[in-house]
Amino acid sequence: MPFEALVAGCLAYVALMFGVAFAADRAASRGHVRWLDHPVVYTLSLSVYCSAWTFYGAVGYASRSGLEFATIYLGPTVVFTGAWWGLRRLVRVARMHHVTSIADLISARFGKSNRLAALVTLIAVIAATPYVALQLQSVSLSFEVFATDSLTDIPLAGGGGTALWVAGGLALFTILFGTRNLAADERHHGVVTAIALEALVKLTAFLALGVFVVWGLADGPADMLDRIAARAGDPGWILRPDRWTALLIVSGAAVIALPRMFQVLVVEAADEDRLSTAGWAFPAYLFAMSLFVLPIAVMGQQMLPADANPDLYVLTLPAQSGQNWLAFLVFLGGFSAATSMVVVCTIALATMISNHWLVPLWLMLRRKPQGDDPEDLRGFVLNARRLAILAVMAVGWVYYQATGGTAALAAMGLVAFTGMAQVLPAMIGGLLWRGANRRGAFGGVGSGFALWLAMIFLPSVGIGAPPPVPQGVDPLAFAIFLSLAVNTLAFIGLSIFGMPDPVERLQGLSFVSAVDPIRHSRLARGADQAEPLLVMARRVWGAEDALRFFQAEAAFQGKSGYLPDLTPRFLTRLERRLAGSIGAATAHAMIDSVAGGAELTVSDLMQVATEAQRAKEETQRLENARAELARTARQLREANDKLTALSVQKDAFLGQISHELRTPMTSVRAFSEILRTPDLPDADRDRFAKIIYDESGRLTRLLDDLLDLSVLESGQAQLSITPANLHDLIERALSAASATRPERVFRVDREPLAEYVGVITDPDRLLQVLINVISNARKYCDAEPPALAIRVRRTLRGGAQIDIIDNGSGIETARQALIFEKFARLNDPARAGGAGLGLAICREIMANLGGEITYLPGQGGAAFRILLPRRPPVPVNAGLRRA
Amino acid sequence: MLDILMIEDEPNIAEAVRFILTREGWQVGLHPDGLGGIEAIRSEKPRLVILDVMLPHRSGTEILAELRGDHDPGLAATPVLMLTARGQASLSLPQADAVLAKPFANDELRAMVRRMLN
Repeated sequence: MPFEALVAGCLAYVALMFGVAFAADRAASRGHVRWLDHPVVYTLSLSVYCSAWTFYGAVGYASRSGLEFATIYLGPTVVFTGAWWGLRRLVRVARMHHVTSIADLISARFGKSNRLAALVTLIAVIAATPYVALQLQSVSLSFEVFATDSLTDIPLAGGGGTALWVAGGLALFTILFGTRNLAADERHHGVVTAIALEALVKLTAFLALGVFVVWGLADGPADMLDRIAARAGDPGWILRPDRWTALLIVSGAAVIALPRMFQVLVVEAADEDRLSTAGWAFPAYLFAMSLFVLPIAVMGQQMLPADANPDLYVLTLPAQSGQNWLAFLVFLGGFSAATSMVVVCTIALATMISNHWLVPLWLMLRRKPQGDDPEDLRGFVLNARRLAILAVMAVGWVYYQATGGTAALAAMGLVAFTGMAQVLPAMIGGLLWRGANRRGAFGGVGSGFALWLAMIFLPSVGIGAPPPVPQGVDPLAFAIFLSLAVNTLAFIGLSIFGMPDPVERLQGLSFVSAVDPIRHSRLARGADQAEPLLVMARRVWGAEDALRFFQAEAAFQGKSGYLPDLTPRFLTRLERRLAGSIGAATAHAMIDSVAGGAELTVSDLMQVATEAQRAKEETQRLENARAELARTARQLREANDKLTALSVQKDAFLGQISHELRTPMTSVRAFSEILRTPDLPDADRDRFAKIIYDESGRLTRLLDDLLDLSVLESGQAQLSITPANLHDLIERALSAASATRPERVFRVDREPLAEYVGVITDPDRLLQVLINVISNARKYCDAEPPALAIRVRRTLRGGAQIDIIDNGSGIETARQALIFEKFARLNDPARAGGAGLGLAICREIMANLGGEITYLPGQGGAAFRILLPRRPPVPVNAGLRRA
Repeated sequence: MLDILMIEDEPNIAEAVRFILTREGWQVGLHPDGLGGIEAIRSEKPRLVILDVMLPHRSGTEILAELRGDHDPGLAATPVLMLTARGQASLSLPQADAVLAKPFANDELRAMVRRMLN
């Protein structure tokens, strides 16, 4: 088969997988999950257990060590057929606690310890990375088979380029479909559907090859058995009980504990019920996958050169027999096995790395717990996952390049199996034994991990020698037994001698009680017991729903009415329905107390209390969120009102400016046209010119005032702060203000001695205020003769107070509040040339100086009080620039 | 009888307008405040009222509304030319017969008054 055609076929297959994953994700996002959730899809997804190692390596394993390969299939078969009830409970507990990975499960059980989760993650990463490398190697190797004609000198690490392409493509696929969103249940419909399809391709390819070998190359089953029997005496084929037992244990552990297996088996499971299908279907799948391993191995040994790589028999056999299409199908099978393993494994590892390494690190480094933005964290987690996926893939590829490939595919797989098996004692113990605690889990997992590193992992990568082993014992089996035994003993020992903390105790109760079967033995049988249960259920669900449920159950038992017998099936279903409404522990305790008449134990009560507490917290949280929302809405409304008011003010202000500018402009324009009239008397001409002159002066003053006001309001006014004497300033102000209506002679009443008060301020600005106030008095004071009183006092805080009072009729009460507003005098009948900005400017100046100007009512005439601080405050926004 | 009664509080503008219109041969009267504006119209019965929008005490718009609601239909229909310094934005005053924005060209004022008087 031409290499290009192979590559094209391969790409088409990859495109198909992307399409399937995409379609499944879309269907799931639209809520069409019925067929996606089918137990058959679930079972097929479990076949991710059969990685490239099993696909290619099993035949190689069989040709080297005979029947021993079968342990890899037998371990899971034993677990699924013999302990499916245990798996059901594992799934139930995991779903109850929203567990996202095996590290998460262990940490949740032992008091939500993140250090424990980080340790488990470390084991998973160390164990799985070479395993990922192995998959990349197998894909490269299989490409090489097609690329070269020779059967014997296929380079183990020759396909670095191929492996890089594969790693890149897989990273893309995983990031696309593995990190689309952050659902609480961590399920990935697209990925699961794609690997279920790949499982079918794997199985079809392997069965087709087996049929071809037995009926095409050999003469049927009888001939095949003869050929196998002839090989049975080979040295590697002897059954070793120690190795068999050890391998059964680790492969049984691996089917639960490997990151990718935990992902598909527990995390991706919608509920525990699908395990009743998977309990027989998955072993059947494994049986079908293993059926033809031995025939293919034996046939390969007999037909192919002695130095051909047995790991590639599945490809080279059909290729050598000219069966190109079969070879391509097998290639696709192997490709499927490798890719599905890498994708799921990477998702699982990325979840663990981001949840237990990166996120805690990020939260620790960020150091601002109060600004917890959930969106922020969400974005970080997604990116951390993408990064972790790339990192796992890159390390896998580098590992493959650095080690130059492994001669035997099976070895690396077993290293991973034995590594993850170290987590199992803590996991099983945690589920079944309330007394298990965090120290025990740490000690067990830690010691097992250390022994595994020293005895299995490091020697496998060529660092250090395997430790000495007693005579006649298999080294691998010895290492497995020793590490697991030390692990288990440390776990039990430390648990017995340590006290769990309260969180741990509660988590332990919750885990173990979910696994505990209902104590049916205590339940008396009979319809009289169903009645209190019905009463209780009615309280939870309401009468209608409860009656319907009880009637359906009774009908199922072939009884009329609504009181079914208390069969285990009924009690289990009732408890599960109740658990959905009121929590598992509460449901358990209620059924027990009502139906069993049993005493509630303290721990039952504690669990009920915990759930009640959680419900209360949830209510409180919702209440807080609601209050927060209401607060935000109110703030928004207020901000909106304020903005609207500001906008109205701004419009009014602009209208007033327009008016103030256009009014003098109108006179200027009209009179300048009139001046051009030829026969104008000279007296008129002079008067009109003076009007133009005055009005343009008024325009200039207005513009100056506006600019001054805007500078003062923005706080950008340049103040030059120096000591000054109030007596001098008042003197200058009076003299400057006398230019206003100079014809009026004011009697000024002063207390010269009291005026000698030193202040620290901007004297020019203060003078501006004084002139303004005194000029106003000169303009508006309507008394005859007019008089002005000026009183200066020191204030208690070291500042000064200046009162300026005239003897006129003052300002009417209604207008007192308005006089400091801009254009306040706009509708003032007594307006005298100004635009009405003077007092607004005074107010801003005093604010800039740290003081204030107010109107003093009840003083007989118009009275203003100017308050000065001891010194102006240091401006916040201008800093030292002014100093 | 007056040809034109002007209600305008800005003395310089009032003087300019009066000067311009008087030279055209019209009799021009002046009332300098919103207060008493309507009474001035009632007593003078001018052929045309020139009314500033922004006046002390009573705005030109209020005076206009009161004029249009007068029980004497002849008086209520007196043509009114409004002067406004609020710019183009406030040129729509539905009850006025014409609106002139300040500042204006003298010819513009003359033409508008002539058109309204004829």
